[in-house]
Amino acid sequence: MLRRAACGQPPARPPLLYTGHTVQPISSLSSPRQAHTALRLPPASLLALLLGISVATLLLACASGSVALGPGQLWQVLQGQGDALATTLLQLRLERALTAWITGAALALAGLLMQSLLRNPLADPYVMGVSGGASVGALLALWLGLAVWQVDLAAVAGALVLSGVLFWLARRDFGRSSGTVLLLLTGALLSTACGAVISLLLTIAQDNQLRGMVFWLVGDISGTPLRPWPWLVLLPAMLLAWWQAPAINLLALHGDHAATLGVPLARLRRLLLLLAASLTATAVSQGGSIGFVGLMVPHACRLVCGPNLRLLIPASILAGASLLVLADTLARTVVAPMQLPVGILTALLGVPVLFWQLSRTRRRLA
Amino acid sequence: MMLHTDKLSILQGQRHLLHQLGWQVQAGEVWWLAGRNGCGKSTLLATLAGLRAPAQGSISLCGQPLGTTAPRLRAQRMALLPQASHDAFDYAVIDAVAAARYPWPDDGHNPGRIAAALNAFDLARLAERPLQALSGGERQRVALASVMAQDAPLILLDEPTNSLDLAHQAALQVQIRRWQAEGKAVVVVSHDLQFAPAIASHALLLDGAGGHSQHPLAQLSATHLAEVLGYPLTRITHAGHPCFLPGHST
Repeated sequence: MLRRAACGQPPARPPLLYTGHTVQPISSLSSPRQAHTALRLPPASLLALLLGISVATLLLACASGSVALGPGQLWQVLQGQGDALATTLLQLRLERALTAWITGAALALAGLLMQSLLRNPLADPYVMGVSGGASVGALLALWLGLAVWQVDLAAVAGALVLSGVLFWLARRDFGRSSGTVLLLLTGALLSTACGAVISLLLTIAQDNQLRGMVFWLVGDISGTPLRPWPWLVLLPAMLLAWWQAPAINLLALHGDHAATLGVPLARLRRLLLLLAASLTATAVSQGGSIGFVGLMVPHACRLVCGPNLRLLIPASILAGASLLVLADTLARTVVAPMQLPVGILTALLGVPVLFWQLSRTRRRLA
Repeated sequence: MMLHTDKLSILQGQRHLLHQLGWQVQAGEVWWLAGRNGCGKSTLLATLAGLRAPAQGSISLCGQPLGTTAPRLRAQRMALLPQASHDAFDYAVIDAVAAARYPWPDDGHNPGRIAAALNAFDLARLAERPLQALSGGERQRVALASVMAQDAPLILLDEPTNSLDLAHQAALQVQIRRWQAEGKAVVVVSHDLQFAPAIASHALLLDGAGGHSQHPLAQLSATHLAEVLGYPLTRITHAGHPCFLPGHST
């Protein structure tokens, strides 16, 4: 074994264990680690289960709507033998479901990274004001009566401008002790400022613009086309985060003191904020400020699979995506032909699940 | 030489906590850092660990300036036990200890080292427990086991006996002597006048106004210590180790 760090005279000693010291290897040390959870599933099964749920919600989204498509019809269409109506319906529904999938995945990952960065399980992707910037951009575009694609572009621009301002204001806080508190306060102030501008825009908007603005603020993905670039943001973000998971774990465990374990603190914090901001900007430009997913999905996943980011990253992505696909399917079917903003459904669906988990946790603690 | 400071000065606001400290810590030495509350002991440790920039002077670790040592290499050379930490997330004990292997990418999850660290601090039974379910003393032992798992030749301990019961304080003494015998260097901040003198080979006393003095422990008199601690002391020998008691000898 290499010992390149020892300085002075590295003492001669056995390579692994200290002499004269009894070591009882702990059974779980050699086997894959498993979290101390109520649901005792090995990580691979847990991810397989979540993947299954994710595919199931996509199929459900394809099947349900004003004209229900049965499994037989879906199968025919997939083989290229379906009738024109079924094919068109399936294409429309699948596109919308995939848009919901990527938006939910991006929000959940953004929330998870933000919670780890701030060491606060109650942080969410919107706490830094990135979504506030996007909302200001989008509402401004709606107020000016611009086209849909211009509204989305304005949302991205707003998020980018706000992230830029945040990075500039907090440029010295990333490596500093207790720097995240300053970072959080800076973000919260920017968020508050955006809130004021949003209220102003809602006040001066004409009545016929208000509905669109409210839908945007609550979060709604109807009418959003399937775009390639959110996938191009999510994939590298996920891989980067997964690759850095051991360092992010240390940051979540020790905060500032993670630096003494060799974590490049400033660089990692900058990376986390950058990833979370890009994911948030991507998600809000797709569907507005959809609430709950970014806050509660990582939290719920943590209750089930423990705090280790290596497992939590893929689990949160799959769970967030599934939740949003399911919520969006309900949003367009429960009161059809009327469509609800999906943001209402995410909270209505998610809160009971979390109450159920909380009561289990209470029982475990009792 | 493990650690070398040259004309190191530390300021807290406008106040000089430490003025021009020239200090050398060699392999196999155990330094006791003593002084009153707020005299800068923890601040000095944080500065040595690179968490805080010194006002003046230089620090070198294993002959290399601290500022130019890459974070990971620094962590391979030096471990820090901070004072009480707060846990935001519910990692299991074994995960927290295993995470301290991060500085060693080629030998990251070394089960032998992790098991040895858990055993040394009597944590094998608690390995699967979540951190937030631990008592203060148990949490402190997890922090100590993490420092041990990190396996650095220089170990900085900030009040390591905090919350530890007597038996585990004794186990910690044994472990520090073992580190010393292995050629590691240890710097201990402690207010325990029985624990620290029993393990230390040297003492660095801080008076909180910038002043400092260094003594081999054999020559550390009650008068020296009483002066910086602001309380009369008597030096006695107990069970073969020096020990300080409050009050004048009669």
